[in-house]
Amino acid sequence: MTNATIAADAVSAQSIPVHEDHKVRRIVLQAIKQIVVLAFALLMLYPILWMVASSLRKPSEIFTNMGLWVSDPQWHNYVDGWNALSYSFGKYFLNSFIIVAFAIVGNILTCSMAAYAFARLNFKFRGLMFGFMLLMLMIPVHVVIIPQYIIWNNLSLINTYVPLILPKFLAMDGFFTFLFYQFIRGLPRDLDEAAKIDGAGHIRIFFQGLLPLMKPAIGTTAVFTFMWTFNDFFSQLIYLTDPAKYTVPIALRNFIDATSQSSYGPMFAMSVLSIIPLFIVFCFGQKYLVEGIATTGGK
Amino acid sequence: MSAASEFAVLLKNRGKAKDKATDTKPALGFLAPWLIGAVCLTFVPMVISLYLSLTKYNMLTSPKFVGLQNYATLLQDTRYLQSLKVTFSYVIISVPLQLIAALALAVVLDRGMRGLTFYRSAFYLPSMLGGSVAIAVLWKMVFGSDGLFNQALGLFGLDVTQSWIANTATANGTLMVLHIWQFGSPMVIFLAGLRQIPRELYEAASVDGAGKWRQFLSITLPMLSPIIFFNLVMSIINSFQTFTQAFVVSGGTGGPNDATLFYTLYLYMQGFGSMKMGYAAAMAWILVIIVAVLTVINFALSKYWVHYDD
Repeated sequence: MTNATIAADAVSAQSIPVHEDHKVRRIVLQAIKQIVVLAFALLMLYPILWMVASSLRKPSEIFTNMGLWVSDPQWHNYVDGWNALSYSFGKYFLNSFIIVAFAIVGNILTCSMAAYAFARLNFKFRGLMFGFMLLMLMIPVHVVIIPQYIIWNNLSLINTYVPLILPKFLAMDGFFTFLFYQFIRGLPRDLDEAAKIDGAGHIRIFFQGLLPLMKPAIGTTAVFTFMWTFNDFFSQLIYLTDPAKYTVPIALRNFIDATSQSSYGPMFAMSVLSIIPLFIVFCFGQKYLVEGIATTGGK
Repeated sequence: MSAASEFAVLLKNRGKAKDKATDTKPALGFLAPWLIGAVCLTFVPMVISLYLSLTKYNMLTSPKFVGLQNYATLLQDTRYLQSLKVTFSYVIISVPLQLIAALALAVVLDRGMRGLTFYRSAFYLPSMLGGSVAIAVLWKMVFGSDGLFNQALGLFGLDVTQSWIANTATANGTLMVLHIWQFGSPMVIFLAGLRQIPRELYEAASVDGAGKWRQFLSITLPMLSPIIFFNLVMSIINSFQTFTQAFVVSGGTGGPNDATLFYTLYLYMQGFGSMKMGYAAAMAWILVIIVAVLTVINFALSKYWVHYDD
């Protein structure tokens, strides 16, 4: 209940019957609102729940049963899907996790370093460089992706994870640099000054003084990097054409193209598996996700 | 504050504050990774792609300079014009609808809603999963000829057997629905913004006899307008680059009948499918120009409806 409605009640409290009326009306309105919002939330989540149910059904049942109850769970859908392509999905998950792990380390390390320079240090062309960094957040990546592809191709690095990982170690995700920048600016400068008087250089100020305080920003970076890298499709599609190097999204996409009506169950099973890591990170990292987009205003 | 607003402030103050150069050496150290990336992976590639856009290049023989021919060809390429149409209609319809849904839900949840944390998660989850291939697969199944959507219509006595994905008139619409479905992320931002609005404003308005709707129009909207504005800007920029869902749902073709031939999908087909790298580079630069022009227009219009405190 808001203060505004309480204030409104106080005004109408002069005549008691009206007040009683209001109270009943308000409770009813509240209940209706709860029901409508709950129904809407379930409607939003229904397709996902239906996918989970369908992953345990026979193909003939998927398109005739829109309910969520599974009477005869086909667990073999998961086994069939797992081994449906030339390599098992275990390999694709491993590939995805390798890329994600490197991406997280790279983003945390190099984006926070760049942010420290932009937030705390004085140097020539600071404004210009900062502006360029922000501008790149808004410019479509397609304008650099073709030359990048040509460069990696000339270095014979297509079908390796270098084109997917190295940019993360070069602070190319400006969103996170900006996130760290905002966070460092919120930390009191006295900390740096005190450390400086103690004779600490910038490296010590940053790694021993500030970095331990940046846990929330580090958490947000880790969670978002996980989500975006695990979900990344465009660059993985371009750089990985060797089935042994496939990641989960690329493998899944090939699965669909090769799938006939009869194997929809296994395909749904692998789809469900592919969003489980996202779901787990979402559940445990929600605090960081919410804080992250609230402080930076989203991407 | 968002990156876009920070950038706007930076533009406004340009040349005013001189950068001192007292920490050049440590700055070079901390910025070294970014500087290498900015030069080798951003600046130089941008120059190369601008040059490539003026050439014919298939990655096998060396680039052949053709001047503005790629750009001229684009204007007569009916599939390219179709991709513009598809992308523009997607952006014009789904971006505002998504933001309206986000704002409406944020306002409803903000007013002392029970179970706020549950609802916030429930609405936020789709925007975290929405970009995945799995959800695109799901969408294909939901809107297929005997998919979940048609089954649900059956409950209301509507016997529809057509596939919404395979129909030229509705294929793009299913992707718009997918975009709107992911309203949770802007909703969370709006929720954070609503919490910043001082409660006293509402109390004062209420004492003056302003109703809920009136309060929304004269307090909530103006106070939230900077956040709405920057969400609009970034949402338009990102929606122009929609790729994964269109690619998966159409099986990489942009079909049926080019109905989901999104801009970046056509760019991918030209560049990485037909190896016309020069042509694709020209497309990329036009995309940058389109996005830049729309952003400038947005900023110009913002002074009529965005309220800043100062």
